[in-house]
Amino acid sequence: MSSELAVAKPRHRKFADMLTGSTGNGLILTVLIAMILVFTITSPAHRFLSAGNFTSILADTSQILLLAAGETFIMIAGGIDLSCGAFVVFSSVICAKLVAGLSATPEQASNLEFPHLALGLAAGIVGGVAAGAAWGWLNGWITVRWQVPPFIVTLGTLGMSLGAAQIITGGLNVPGIPPAFQETLGIGKIFGIPWIAVVAAIIVGILWLLLAQTRFGMRTYAIGSNSEAARRAGVNVPRQTIQLYCLMGFLAGIVGVLDVARFNTASIAAHTTDNLQAIAAAAIGGVSLYGGKGRMSGTIIGAFIPAVLHNGFILLGFEPYWQEVAVGAVLIIAVYFDQVRRRSTGSRVQAPDDDAGATTPNGNEVTHGSHAT
Amino acid sequence: MTEQHDDVLVATGITKSFAHVRALRGVDLTLRRGKVHALVGDNGAGKSTLIKILSGALQPDSGEILMEGEPVDIASPETAQHLGIETVYQDLAVAEALDLGENIFLGRELLRRGLLGHFGFVDRPAMRERGMEQMQRLGTKVPSPSLPLESMSGGQKQAVAVARAAMWGGRVLILDEPAAALGVRQTAQVLNLVRRSAEESNQAVVFISHNVPQILEIADDITVLHQGRVCLRCAKADASVDLLVRAMSGALDSPADREGTE
Repeated sequence: MSSELAVAKPRHRKFADMLTGSTGNGLILTVLIAMILVFTITSPAHRFLSAGNFTSILADTSQILLLAAGETFIMIAGGIDLSCGAFVVFSSVICAKLVAGLSATPEQASNLEFPHLALGLAAGIVGGVAAGAAWGWLNGWITVRWQVPPFIVTLGTLGMSLGAAQIITGGLNVPGIPPAFQETLGIGKIFGIPWIAVVAAIIVGILWLLLAQTRFGMRTYAIGSNSEAARRAGVNVPRQTIQLYCLMGFLAGIVGVLDVARFNTASIAAHTTDNLQAIAAAAIGGVSLYGGKGRMSGTIIGAFIPAVLHNGFILLGFEPYWQEVAVGAVLIIAVYFDQVRRRSTGSRVQAPDDDAGATTPNGNEVTHGSHAT
Repeated sequence: MTEQHDDVLVATGITKSFAHVRALRGVDLTLRRGKVHALVGDNGAGKSTLIKILSGALQPDSGEILMEGEPVDIASPETAQHLGIETVYQDLAVAEALDLGENIFLGRELLRRGLLGHFGFVDRPAMRERGMEQMQRLGTKVPSPSLPLESMSGGQKQAVAVARAAMWGGRVLILDEPAAALGVRQTAQVLNLVRRSAEESNQAVVFISHNVPQILEIADDITVLHQGRVCLRCAKADASVDLLVRAMSGALDSPADREGTE
């Protein structure tokens, strides 16, 4: 669809181009809207569309969305990060330890007195985010310096950071978090929207601009598309690769801090599948595992689909486990359709323009794409 | 004076060995401003080694390189770029996910004015516009400057790569078999572009090729390498298919030379 438009009137696509890029997200957006419609119509008393339910979907999606946004950058640059969920746990432990330890003594905390609340929260937030960023930096550094594939590097740091979190806590949840943290950032709302969702929206918005509009974003696509060409063009590929993994770790750190706020403790046993959920969200949204392709808009849609399915199934009285089955199927189907569409897009765009240049306009290569479909 | 500066790059006595293989055994090469120089030879003749030395990817064991009369040490690809030497490789030339403007300005992006520019916001319309101007100047067209290169034909992609190199290569443009992977028609496009680039930008162009008719079509000067030595150096007017083929196959080597090998 969008590719025909691209050939017919390239100039009118500027805005659409900015938001969705040349590949567009038409199909997956349609799927999301269809899901919302179906659940709205079939849920008892159309509860799916209620404000309360939407709020809950937003809160559920925010954390995965932040990780998926980071994964979008990494995957577009041709990498992958399996460690982000474990970094969330590690960061939440650091955050919780700092908040609990600096806000009050254990005796004061048991009486719900927190004399150094501001100090504790500030240290916890900064420390948690910094811990995530540091792990991310390590991922990037090893990937670049030792030339170990990111799949292996991040698999390794997944285990290391999760183990370290267990060592620090002895495998127990961290007590003594001031309730004020949860009441404000954790479950607090502004204009009916959870603070967590607001924080996620602002950060993802900034990342969207970073990816779509800035030099950093453009070079991210270049690295994933052809890192050798990028290097020869003068892009400092190693430095930017480290920055990308650092960004991912930074986001994991933020998610860890949000987690402490949300659940009032470090969730040592949670987030075991966050990494896969984040990668799935990006892939459902059209981010290619081979690098060079993808949009933040797609990832946002991709992150909401699992949450909508989960929520809708519960409202319809299905076992919520069906959500995992459905998300798996959606993931495979989305990537399949995306590949089919890309192949056909290639041929359709190529056909009208192949007369460019000096000589005969009847190119043979025009037919390649149509064979593929 | 002007005579000297017409010779943009002069390499003399270049040697290079890898372990026991003597890839280059004292090669001379002169690149003239605004002229296309074909570097010809069979596989293993030393063309690629010479090109890699000129583009900074390899260091010669001995020999001297002068650029506009000044001795230079092309220590790295970055140094080469600073000296105004730009290289187009057979592949690996473009980032297919990016559009024309982005590819041409990759690494030298145009930023927006004002505050947004400070935050690294790129000016895509300006890059596309100037990219299209460059393509037109070189007499080639692409469908739309906002399409990613992956939706273009192989010839168009290589044309973008050449246009990019021509835009930034101030003095010397090196093309390593720019048409190796292309069809006949696309090859013609790219060769036209190479020709135009030399004339329009007044650059010295070196290109490697195996294709003798192609060489005779666009080269001004021809150097044939055989087993690490220059075995023929001539102007287009003096060349013929027969002469080039004999030179490439080593028939012009002196007997002494041939004894020296292997």
